[in-house]
Amino acid sequence: MEWRDQGALLSVRRHGETAAIIEVFTAEHGRHAGVVRGGTSRKIAPVLQPGTQLDVTWRARLDEHLGTFTVEPVQSRAAAVMSDRLALSGLNAACALLAFCLPEREAHPVLYRRTVALLDMLGQTEAWPLAYLRWELSLLDDMGFGLDLGQCAVTGTEAGLTYVSPKTGRAVSAAGAGEWADKLLPLPQSLLGQGALDPGGIREGLITTGFFLTKWLAPQLGDKPLPQARQRLIDALARQG
Amino acid sequence: MSDATRDIETLIEMMAKLPGLGPRSARRAVLHLIKKRAPLMTPLADAMHRVSASARECLNCGNIGTTDICDICAAEKRATGELCIVEDVADLWAMERGQAFKGRYHVLGGTLSALDAIGPEELRIPKLRDRIEAEGITEVILALNATIDGQTTAHYIAEQLEGRVAVTSLAQGVPIGGELDYLDDGTISAALKARKSF
Repeated sequence: MEWRDQGALLSVRRHGETAAIIEVFTAEHGRHAGVVRGGTSRKIAPVLQPGTQLDVTWRARLDEHLGTFTVEPVQSRAAAVMSDRLALSGLNAACALLAFCLPEREAHPVLYRRTVALLDMLGQTEAWPLAYLRWELSLLDDMGFGLDLGQCAVTGTEAGLTYVSPKTGRAVSAAGAGEWADKLLPLPQSLLGQGALDPGGIREGLITTGFFLTKWLAPQLGDKPLPQARQRLIDALARQG
Repeated sequence: MSDATRDIETLIEMMAKLPGLGPRSARRAVLHLIKKRAPLMTPLADAMHRVSASARECLNCGNIGTTDICDICAAEKRATGELCIVEDVADLWAMERGQAFKGRYHVLGGTLSALDAIGPEELRIPKLRDRIEAEGITEVILALNATIDGQTTAHYIAEQLEGRVAVTSLAQGVPIGGELDYLDDGTISAALKARKSF
């Protein structure tokens, strides 16, 4: 078995004295793990930093084997974020969430493209927190738990959307909420791409997406808690806002 | 197999578990030790026995020594008010080899890692806060690896110490003897960002 693809490195674990087991989110093969021989060497270890874009070739005798990767760096993203506390938190949160959510060896081409775009923005533009929030929405969508924020679930109106239903993930307007308002989640305007897109607004949006990641997605994945890296990003945004 | 042969095999098996050694190299090492029994094997066995009995982690900084408080922490002249934070004892020893730093150290015992679920509680960060108060630290130098995990930890510590003490970090850039042609893009970019007047 052999294939070649490009992907973003999600995680690295030491394996024995000289090898490493890496997880890469590839375009055509999804989240895929494999051994990198000599992965802890002085030559290769600096390349194997989370977020790095790699050209990988995977080989194994049988498809179900872990297999080995040979890796070639395409683009290092570590240098762009290392000195930026917030961007580093964003990189950690994105990689940790992908490692947490994605099923192995299942292609998610749309999410892959959005992930690469997000990683390219980290530390490069000030708009990346909004891109991160939109990326979490697309992550939920790709995992089958997409939010429907286009129109009110009750009245069908597209204006005045202020709540989101914790049960259906659909937006609800103030008029449509009625006496159920206190049972609904607030819909931060940042999730609609409106209002203040400052760190505070992004943080509110992440708290809402976090609700659905925790209540909807995590139970399908063994009910594990969300990665701490995501909470550290929210904390970092709170300090900025 | 006689008892003596079994003991040698056991020794080879134990040696093969050491970093950098496999069964073949362990066999060669043991054969060499047996041939140099008086000048090498006996003193090595004695030294290993002594270190096995006395080696311990410094209660203050996490360095490995033979007393509860290591020589660095015990030395009055190293109370300069500077505290160098390193990830591992191996990093501390590397810094000491350079003999450039005259202050004291603090070994974290790892870095924050989302994948391995290592949070601040698993590192020696609470002890670090205590030391800053107790030892009158004026500057904390973050000497952590230039990796994503290392720098995530560095930022976390800097946040925790914000406003309490000056926090600095090691520079990143071209190594001594390094040729630009062989450097990766990230290092060149970091070096350029940290350029200084010449």
